[in-house]
Amino acid sequence: MGDVIRAALIVAGKDLRAELRSRTALVSALVFAALILVVFSFSRDPARLAPADLAPSALWITFAFAAMTALNRAFSVEREHAALDALLLAPVPREAIYLGKLLGNLAFVFAVEAVTLPLFAIFFNARIVGVLGGLVLTSALATIGFVAVGTVFSAMTVRTRFAELMLPVLLLPFMVPPLIGAVQVTARLLAERPLSEVAGWLRLLAVYDLIFVTICLLVFPSVVDE
Amino acid sequence: MTGTAPSREAAAAARLTRIGMRITLVSLAALAVVYVLAIWRTPTEAAQGFAQKIFYLHVPAAWCALLIFSVVGIVSALYLWLKDARLDHFAAAAAETGVAFSAVMLTSGPLWGKPVWGAWWQWDARLTLTLFLFFLYVGYLSLRSALHDPAERARFSAVVAILGLVLVPFVHLSVYLFRTIHPLPVVLKPSAPSLPGSMLEVLLLSLGVHMLLGLGFVLARYGIARAEAARLEVSDG
Repeated sequence: MGDVIRAALIVAGKDLRAELRSRTALVSALVFAALILVVFSFSRDPARLAPADLAPSALWITFAFAAMTALNRAFSVEREHAALDALLLAPVPREAIYLGKLLGNLAFVFAVEAVTLPLFAIFFNARIVGVLGGLVLTSALATIGFVAVGTVFSAMTVRTRFAELMLPVLLLPFMVPPLIGAVQVTARLLAERPLSEVAGWLRLLAVYDLIFVTICLLVFPSVVDE
Repeated sequence: MTGTAPSREAAAAARLTRIGMRITLVSLAALAVVYVLAIWRTPTEAAQGFAQKIFYLHVPAAWCALLIFSVVGIVSALYLWLKDARLDHFAAAAAETGVAFSAVMLTSGPLWGKPVWGAWWQWDARLTLTLFLFFLYVGYLSLRSALHDPAERARFSAVVAILGLVLVPFVHLSVYLFRTIHPLPVVLKPSAPSLPGSMLEVLLLSLGVHMLLGLGFVLARYGIARAEAARLEVSDG
């Protein structure tokens, strides 16, 4: 178990180092997320709909699409120069490679979310300071669930002809439970309801994460092994 | 031995396709009988009026779609375990049939919803769940068509189907907590079915016919998939 985690951290570290050296993807993802928020601000009738009514869904649709861009490139970088073959030749279990890619993707998506959240507070006039703990917990729980599934799908869709289109088509149904839960919790938190009121949703998100990370660990070897 | 195996496989596939086609024809004829019975031999529901007749088509199609999608998930799990290409062909055939049935369910539902609810669509728990199941399996089929290597296609689509099987309870739970206005079950519930006898009879008959139709579709499509695989084997040498 310790070996698997150590190998996973090495894989994730490799991805993050590659990311930080170019920074192109991270910066583009951030700009993309900010643009979605801006577009969302203009998609409402300001006379009828207060920013707060739209805020939770705007936040989560932004997170979802930003995650999609991160996932789309997670395995396309491995495909260039057949880097994935080299990675698979490494004497580590497949599970470690999956966990490593998952951690790398999570770090990328969390970074985008961390920058988007203050922007969201500014654009939508949302009071996030008092409920920051709850929002961070919700974001983490919801993001882990769909990034876990997205990491497996990303490894598959890079092998198809229309990878950038195939990934959202496959992944969006899997984003439904985390997104519904996250939007519900975010709406209640922004309305300054207590965290205990949303405990059921948080539990559902946690169970989703637990089950899908486990199943993805089990099926990932079938995706990469010929 | 190697020269005759593909031709024997092709013959078996053709036989399956023939049986499937025959079952389909018989069940289509039976479906016409169900329509006649549903229109003329069942009482008109007091509150919903004639629109309620769609129930005899909608509910069996929904049950069949859900049953078939569960079969796809289970057969796909078996594929990853046994790595038998026939299981993959069967899963693909069943997924196509399931998409067809859910298309019937998703089109017949709004036809009933407009007169009874006053709206074609509601973001109700069951509607949302089945819509996402439909999208999930349309995605499954488009993934299949975007992959060329048969072994890779089989592994990838099996993974999607297994994850899909696990997804269903979560979507169900989350959309149920969201809200629901769909009519509650009248047959599959802990107490006895709350449906007049003649309505229940026609419903169960329709269910049997739909299941037979589904079997016919799956068998015919499975036979075609095996025939295609046998042909590829011959042309690839």
